[in-house]
Order: sequence, then C-alpha cells, then structure tokens
Amino acid sequence: MTLTLFLEQILNGVQFGVFLFLISAGLTLVLGIMNVVNLAHGSLYMLGAYVSTTLYTLTGNLFIAFVLMVPILLIIGMIVEIIVLRTMYERDHMDQVLATFGLILFFNELVRILWGVEGVGMKIPDSLAGSIDIGVPYPSYRLLIIAMGILVSVALYLMITKTRTGMQIRAGASNRPMIGALGINIRILYTIVFGLGAVFAGFAGLMAGPIISIESGMGEEMLIFAFVVIVIGGIGSIRGALVASVVVGVFEIVGRSILPYILLQLVTPDQAQTAGPALASMLVYILMVVILFFKPQGLFPARTG
Amino acid sequence: MLSRLKLWVLIISFLILAFLPIVAEAIGEEFYISLVARMMIFAIAAMSLDLILGYGGMISFGHAMFFGLGCYSVGILAFYEITNGWVQLAVCVFGTALIGLFVGYISLRTSGIYFIMVTFALAQMFYFLGISLETYGGDDGLPIDTRSEFFSFFDLSEELNMYYLILGTLTACTILGWKCVNSRFGMVLRGSRANLPRMEAIGFPTLKYRLSAFIISGVMCGLAGFLLGNLTEFLTPEYMHWFRSGEIMVMVIVGGMGTLFGPLYGAFAYLIFEEVMASFTEYWQFYFGPILIVLVLFAKQGLWGLLPGKERLGDE
Repeated sequence: MTLTLFLEQILNGVQFGVFLFLISAGLTLVLGIMNVVNLAHGSLYMLGAYVSTTLYTLTGNLFIAFVLMVPILLIIGMIVEIIVLRTMYERDHMDQVLATFGLILFFNELVRILWGVEGVGMKIPDSLAGSIDIGVPYPSYRLLIIAMGILVSVALYLMITKTRTGMQIRAGASNRPMIGALGINIRILYTIVFGLGAVFAGFAGLMAGPIISIESGMGEEMLIFAFVVIVIGGIGSIRGALVASVVVGVFEIVGRSILPYILLQLVTPDQAQTAGPALASMLVYILMVVILFFKPQGLFPARTG
Repeated sequence: MLSRLKLWVLIISFLILAFLPIVAEAIGEEFYISLVARMMIFAIAAMSLDLILGYGGMISFGHAMFFGLGCYSVGILAFYEITNGWVQLAVCVFGTALIGLFVGYISLRTSGIYFIMVTFALAQMFYFLGISLETYGGDDGLPIDTRSEFFSFFDLSEELNMYYLILGTLTACTILGWKCVNSRFGMVLRGSRANLPRMEAIGFPTLKYRLSAFIISGVMCGLAGFLLGNLTEFLTPEYMHWFRSGEIMVMVIVGGMGTLFGPLYGAFAYLIFEEVMASFTEYWQFYFGPILIVLVLFAKQGLWGLLPGKERLGDE
C-alpha cells in the first residue's frame, strides 16, 4: 500500500468520524442528561437525509436546504420528545427500549410510504464535485464534511462550556433534581436538548446524503456505531464522544483497508482471503470490548461523583 | 405458586398444541403445522429472554445472537456433511454457552444503559461476522440440505416428527424454566434484580449468578435457533439482526414480563398479529410502532397478567 492511499484512508476515517460525532454528540447528551435509552436517534439521522434530499431537489441549493432543514428537524425532534420521550423519563429502561423501538418501526415505514421503498439519491453540488490537492488529491465535498465537522464540534464545545444553556445542560447531567430546585425549567431544557440532538443528527444526514445510499433503515447502521462510540467515550461526555468518534472512524476505515495487507504477512493468501473480511467486520467491536475490559465506564466518564 | 386457573390455561394450551397436527391433517390444512411449529420456536426464544429480562433485570438487546448461533451450528456442520444430531446439538449447546460466557462477562461488567448498548453492539458484531462469512452464504444465507439425524426411527424430515420434537423441547424448556425461577438460584436472581448492592452486601457473588442465568438463557435461545434451522432448512445471518432481538423482546412484553409463561402467549400473539396485519398492508410496522408505544404506556402486565391471580414474585 502506498503512502498516498494510506493518507487518503486516514482522511476517510476522520470524515466518517465526523458523522459519528454529529450523531453521537446528541445521543450522548440525551443518554447522559435524561438517562433515557433512545434507539430512535438513528431515525432522526435518516429523516435528516430524506428531508434534505427533498429540499435540495426543490431549491437546488445545498445551503438553502440546510437552512430549511434545521427548523424542520428541530420541530420533529421536539415533537417526538413531547409525545413519546417525555412520558418515558420516570419509567425503566425496558420501557424506553420498547417505546423507541416502536418509533424506529414507525419512522422506517414512514419514509418508505412517503419516499418509496427504493430509497432516494442525492447528488453532490457541481461546485463541490471536484477534488483538491492537499498533498494527495482529495474530493472537495469530503473535505467540506471534515471542515464542517470541525466547525460544528467547536461550536458545540463553546455552547456547552461557555453559554448559560450549556451550563444548565451540564448541571442537568450531573444532578437533575438540584437544577430543578434552582428554578430552571427542566422540562423545556430537555425538549431543547432533544431538539438540538435531532438537528445534529439531521445535519449528519444532510452531509452524508450525497455519499451514501439514502434508504429506510440507514439510521440503525449508524446507531450501532454511535453506541460503540458512546460506550468507548463514556455516557454524557461530549469530549469522550469526540475522541471516540475519530478513533472509531479511523479504526473502521483504515483498519478495513490495511488489515488484508497485515494478514498477508502473517498467514497464507488463501487464509487471508477468508479471515480478512470476517476480522475486518469485527474490528471496532473488538476495540470496544478491549476498552470496556479495562474501563467499564468508558474513557471519559462524565459523572465522577 | 400458579393459581388454579392459570395452571389449567397452561395445561389446556399444551393439549391443544399436542392435538393440533391431528386436527390440521384431518381438515387438510397441513400448512398450520409448520406455522405453529415456527411459533413454538419463537415461544422458546421469548421465554429464554424472560429468564434474564423479567427475573434477572438484564435488558439484553442482543438475544437474537443466540438464535442465529444455534442456527449456524446446524447449518455449518451440515455444510461439512456432519448431520449427526447429537454432534450438532453438542456444538450448539457448548458453542452458545461459551459465547454466552464471553458476551455475558463483558456486558455484565457494565449496567443500565451501558448493558443495553453493549449487548446490542456485540450481537451486531456476530451479525456482521455472519454476513462476511462468504463460505457459508454470507448475506444470502445457505440452504441446509439435511435435517439433524437423531434416531433411525425418528426421521426429522417427517414434518410431524419435527413438530413433536419442537413441542417436546418447548415443554422441557418450560418445566426447566419454571424449576429454575422457583429455585434458590431463581430467588438470588430476582434479588439481584430488585436490589443488587444489597444482595452483594449479604454476600452473594451476584456476578456468578447473573452470568449463569445469562448463559442458561443463551443456550435455551440457541436451542430455539437449532430447531429453527432444522425447520426452515435455511441459514441466514438475518436471524441475528437487531430487529429480531427487538421482536423477541416485544413478545416478552406482550405476554407479560417476569411471568415465564406469558412470553409463550406473547410469541403466538405477536406472530399471529404479524401474519394478519401483513396480509392487509405491506407497511404493517407503520401501525405496529405506535401500537407498541401505547402497549408500553398502558398495558404493561401483558396477556398473562390479564388472568386473575398473582404469582409469588417476592420482589413485589
């Protein structure tokens, strides 16, 4: 394998990590602050992709599609929170799993009814279709994803650490009854956090739209990765989600591409042919198991006291 | 103890199952035999999940993993023309036990939301592993040419023999499960569900108990997969998909969590519902999703809970 290819794979890994971060950032806040299992978070990512595709087709401009997508996803997220999730806070995890499983079924069928069973496609805008030479030639759209990811991460970090709402969110994560006692309307705070999580997931859906196939059930594929990220990073920790996203993203993409080369050095080509794909599909889970073995609370446990 | 009414409901249900093939053949609807056989297999799976879910409080969202593994133990051995049922059974039991030990040990180090996510992710790991194994059909699955061979006089290729093997396994698992939850072991398990730190403070090695329950439940579900592989004569990673895990969990909740027998009825109810709804609309899950949410909100006691009489549950 050449160095250029290797660099390109690392960039692909980072770019995959950006998606993972956009999805798991919202999810980890919901899990950490509200102590709710939300399986339906992947559905918001899926809805983001579908809604953006339609908006992009209608307006012909990706940026306008983005601007319109944000309030739509925010409202969808808040409605889901008010109708379903809100009734689940006082209940046990079992009920939350089942209710959000019900949501997944609903949304997966909904998009099939509204957009058809075949799935839809989204094109990369012409202005971004080329590639840029940054040592290696790299598609400019994918570069944009990485740049946007960094931008959003910084914005999220500033929001969580510097603003009043962010402070309330962090306080909510560490002590729920206390922040309520201090006169913060915890219900509205929860609704806002959930809506924001939906927007981030939807944004990931928008960015991913042109480079993946948009179809019913696409959310759950990412949900599993997001779970792995959160387990590794620690529930409720934005910093953990960021680190774990990039690690998992790079591990998944780079691991898959260099594993066959490594195996060739160790075993016969025939064995490598069989074991390669099998091992590659298990890589991130093995990483998760190893980290869990040493750190059952994840790398950056949010609650320390 | 079971109330008299519930005991009779159970006995009559099993009698119906025992005589069903005779009736089905008499009215010339043999199709029902394999349909009910399939339902019984899911009943075993749902009951096995209830052991750890309802009694142990372990919310495993990856139970379909064992289902698939049981199926693979038949399929892969049959692929190499090892059709001896006893060998396949041994591989199934020890294989699922070993994997149950591994998965259980890793996930039981965590609790709450972590436990759900870890079981979910690990089950998906086996699903993706199944997909990547091109030798055994990969994504498309693999036909199983020969069903397991146990005795020369008990040929499983006869649908009736297959049916009664499944019914026998269901009966055995039900009795075993009932013995299990009412034993000292079951008491400790329920205790650790109700209050884990207290059980530990009393001096019980709760991890050992919970891990054992996880393995027993996994092996039982593996058996269900073993039977399913034989019944459908087909092997596919689809059996391990997270969606299956969700379905099995729904069966438990529909029947009544923590009642052991409830999930049997839950499995039947869910599969009948699916069969009926799917004949009306392709998008039946669109309606089932909201129904499930309503069920969770308002009907937690499940079908079994509709019958009068409380089981001695200890922690209620």
